[in-house]
Amino acid sequence: MSQFETVIGLEVHLQLSTRTKIFCSCVNQYGCAPNTNVCPVCLGLPGTLPVLNHQALLYGIKVGLALNAEINSFVKFDRKNYYYPDLPKGYQISQFDFPVAKKGYLNIKSGGQEKRIGITRAHLEEDAGKLVHDNSGSCSLADFNRTGTPLIEIVTEPDLRSPQEAYDYLNTLKLTLQYLGISDCDMEKGSLRCDANVSIRPVGQASFGTKTELKNMNSFRAVKTALEYEVRRQTQVIIAGEKVVQETLLWDDEKAQTRAMRSKEQAHDYRYFPDPDLVPFTIDYKIIDGVRAELPELPQAKFLRFLSQYGLSEYDANILVADGGMADFFEAAVKEYPQAKKIANWLAGPVLMELNNRKTPIQELKLSPQGLVTLIAKVEDGVVSNLVGKEVLTFMLDEGKGADEVIKEKSLAQVSDDSALLAIIDEVIAQNPAVVEQIKSGKPNAAGFLVGQAMKRSGGRANPKKLNELIMRRITGV
Amino acid sequence: MFLPSFDVSILPMPITKEDVKYIAALARIDVPEDKLEGMTKSLGGIVQYVEKLQELDVADVKPTSHAVPVGNVLRPDIIKPSLTNQEALAIAVEAKDGCFKVPLVIE
Amino acid sequence: MNLHALTAHALLDLFKSGKASAKEAYEAVVGRIKSIDPKVKAYVHLSRSQPHYAGEFQIPIAIKDNLCTKGEEITCASRILKGFRSPYDAGVIERIKKSGGSILGIVNMDEFAFGSSCETSCYGPTFNPWNLQCVPGGSSGGSAASVAADEAMWALGSDTGGSIRQPASFCGIVGLKPTYGRVSRYGLIAFASSLDQIGPLTKDVRDCALLMNIISGYDERDSTSVNEPVPDYTRALVNDVRGLKIGIPKEAFVEGLDAEVRRAVESALDLLKKQGAVIKEVSLPHTPYAVATYYIVATAEASSNLARFDGVRYGLRVQPGKVRKNALVDMYEETRSKGFGDEAKRRIMLGTYALSSGYYDAYYLRGQKVRTLIKNDLDQVFKDCDVIMTPTSPTVAFKVGEKVSDPLSMYLSDIYTIPANLAGIPAISVPCGFSKSGLPIGFQLMGRAFDEEMLLRVSYTYEQNTEWHLKKPTI
Repeated sequence: MSQFETVIGLEVHLQLSTRTKIFCSCVNQYGCAPNTNVCPVCLGLPGTLPVLNHQALLYGIKVGLALNAEINSFVKFDRKNYYYPDLPKGYQISQFDFPVAKKGYLNIKSGGQEKRIGITRAHLEEDAGKLVHDNSGSCSLADFNRTGTPLIEIVTEPDLRSPQEAYDYLNTLKLTLQYLGISDCDMEKGSLRCDANVSIRPVGQASFGTKTELKNMNSFRAVKTALEYEVRRQTQVIIAGEKVVQETLLWDDEKAQTRAMRSKEQAHDYRYFPDPDLVPFTIDYKIIDGVRAELPELPQAKFLRFLSQYGLSEYDANILVADGGMADFFEAAVKEYPQAKKIANWLAGPVLMELNNRKTPIQELKLSPQGLVTLIAKVEDGVVSNLVGKEVLTFMLDEGKGADEVIKEKSLAQVSDDSALLAIIDEVIAQNPAVVEQIKSGKPNAAGFLVGQAMKRSGGRANPKKLNELIMRRITGV
Repeated sequence: MFLPSFDVSILPMPITKEDVKYIAALARIDVPEDKLEGMTKSLGGIVQYVEKLQELDVADVKPTSHAVPVGNVLRPDIIKPSLTNQEALAIAVEAKDGCFKVPLVIE
Repeated sequence: MNLHALTAHALLDLFKSGKASAKEAYEAVVGRIKSIDPKVKAYVHLSRSQPHYAGEFQIPIAIKDNLCTKGEEITCASRILKGFRSPYDAGVIERIKKSGGSILGIVNMDEFAFGSSCETSCYGPTFNPWNLQCVPGGSSGGSAASVAADEAMWALGSDTGGSIRQPASFCGIVGLKPTYGRVSRYGLIAFASSLDQIGPLTKDVRDCALLMNIISGYDERDSTSVNEPVPDYTRALVNDVRGLKIGIPKEAFVEGLDAEVRRAVESALDLLKKQGAVIKEVSLPHTPYAVATYYIVATAEASSNLARFDGVRYGLRVQPGKVRKNALVDMYEETRSKGFGDEAKRRIMLGTYALSSGYYDAYYLRGQKVRTLIKNDLDQVFKDCDVIMTPTSPTVAFKVGEKVSDPLSMYLSDIYTIPANLAGIPAISVPCGFSKSGLPIGFQLMGRAFDEEMLLRVSYTYEQNTEWHLKKPTI
């Protein structure tokens, strides 16, 4: 196809959901009034000093282990020096040569193929503040609430070969990190941010082409679109016989194009050196083993186990695993009622639809695994039809009541009582002599029409199977 | 012993005016043209002096970042009170809408 | 009774016996400041608040202008921090306040502690009480001068390359740099984070021990603070050095050392020998590289520590009239160019250079490695010696203006004091005589990490057998 191969590397910054900031004891919380979660340390006041948050270090180790990485036994922090109004100290405390984790990987599925994406490193660092442009347009306003939020930066090897792969990697990474419970991984809230490095090279060439860095992509979709745009742009540049310039480009989602940063200082001399205010850390194997023991089952392992243990289809397993809460719910339900496929169908179908409509996570639904199981049993036992069952579910979620209660209160029970049905059937038969004739002359399928009519008259509450049975008996005597 | 034993000004300057301009930009300090020569000379003299360190063989020596061997200093993840917005902005050069006001930042 | 002329321990005795009150003492010192500080110019400003007069050690104290004290204007003697009122207290200030200390005011220093003469202060120099034509030393020049002139009972200073010890020696008083990590750095406006320590400047060794008791100890807000129990340093004040081994580095007594200083230090050595100490000649072969190492490592750290002074959040902000590069960069450059003095700019530039791309290995990394060699030299000597003795400074106090235009020669006056900072070990300066021109001379003792007690013991023995500490300047 293309004479060029795309090479992409991604840098993901994740805000960790520790209670306090990384180097001070201010609360770590999003969405507060400006400059209300600040202290002398995170404001970079003269004379202040950083002290590392224990939990941030443990979370860093957790991420490293989840990404199959080596945890460095000697870890230190370095200063990355540059000037920007959202950076109070004039340097960011980060990790340069001894990050928490290195040489990991993440297995992804892209285009139906399994692929291993190398993770070069994962390191801890502090977030900067926020700058907003004032409405007057003549100045900027700095809010330092976000300064000092713990970040983990995850850098891939340049192993991604298409914008689609990048997109799939991001989704897999996000899911894996969500399982760890160390971040809400929300790009809209800014707790997950992504920058991309992309270059192209002639197919077969070993050395890399010149790369550009893309920033300011606010969703995974935007990352994909931005990369597609940039690959096209670089291709055109090279075909025109020119050279790709190494630069940082900002993605403009509205205009669907990249633009160069207006500030001329592109190449930063960060002057990294070990932060003398922080001491080094030795992480011994006992700590690592302790964190490893607390790792939850990760999505890929769970997916495979769901296939083998419950015999689910890949489609169903994917949906269940895509939400850790749903996966747990599923397993709890199966314990009560060992009909894995049925439960999976309900979760992947009606329950998922309810979740999407209500925009809540499954943990916040007024539904317990037992509650779902009770409902499913009602459908299986014929107390309600499948269709009515979905209605029951909606009522259950709206009112927080059990299936039994809802069915009783709203009189939704399927009518299966012969005498009640016979009355309806006789009416229907009387009103549709032509159809009855058809049935008598050897077309039993026409009964379906009569069943439908009877269902309508019963307000949808008749048991269709029973109806069919009774109609046939009435008409044919069988 | 302490002072260099010869007149270092005869050596070629280790720092040029261009170097000084680059460093000044990195350090966000403006060195006006008329002060550039003086700064280059005085920095050059000091750099010349510290070249002394190149005499030593440090190939197998570990660097000392911390003189006293302290390690693994960690803080529990427990919230402590922050400053109020008023206290935070009390030191501000300019403030507006609860924020620190700065010149317009263009990306 | 001239209360201001007393030592802190003598004053405490008077408090105990009811012969004087803390308020009387405080007012006596304030009176003294008002009468002679126009000549000495040790103080930047007096305290904005009145003392509470409650606590065990209600001693009037002077605080160096780089120690954050809540509500006070703290500027590091720099224009760039003009108007900065600290919203918090440094760890040591909390301890001083808790012990009952009465803060007299904020004393002068070299801008951001960059200097050995107190001449780079934006407020102008402080003068040596022994000779007002001369410098008091630096960077804790105001701290030393105030104590020497009885304008404070005792003072806090900071020491990165000798900034407590050298002014103590120039002013004829006692100055101690504790072991790195002994005293919390939380609230000390940083110069070189891996070298800085806060320490006492006092009229005699007993006062030094008392003040060390107050300020020492672990602080969880400082990651480099060491969780070692604090002994009662006054228990080290024993007049006995029999059998103690004093190492004399042969590299110390060479050309460049003023003859009078040499004689005074040698006499001190003789006295200690007569008191039963054993003198050993030792070698610190990497001494000639100490100053170069310091000026790479310290300025590199300083260049990064001073990046926060940018006009964004506090202190000075200057915007040029018309746009040069862009409004933001202009603000940074104009603020920092107008806010920092020449020496500060020089050191920031040097430090930036040492860390910059392509030079990190040759300068900063190499400097940290040579630092290891210097530390190893000292560790080696301490295997056989209890203390190491040298002069504190190669000269006595020089004239104001004499060295300002020759930064390198100024740097070299730190030759004896720098190694203790590089190695993180404690060191003390003790008065041991006067030059013919009447300027004080001091000797320095260096000790093992966390062995301030040994320094105090040897210093106390010397002091108890001499009378230098009783001499006062006539101003």
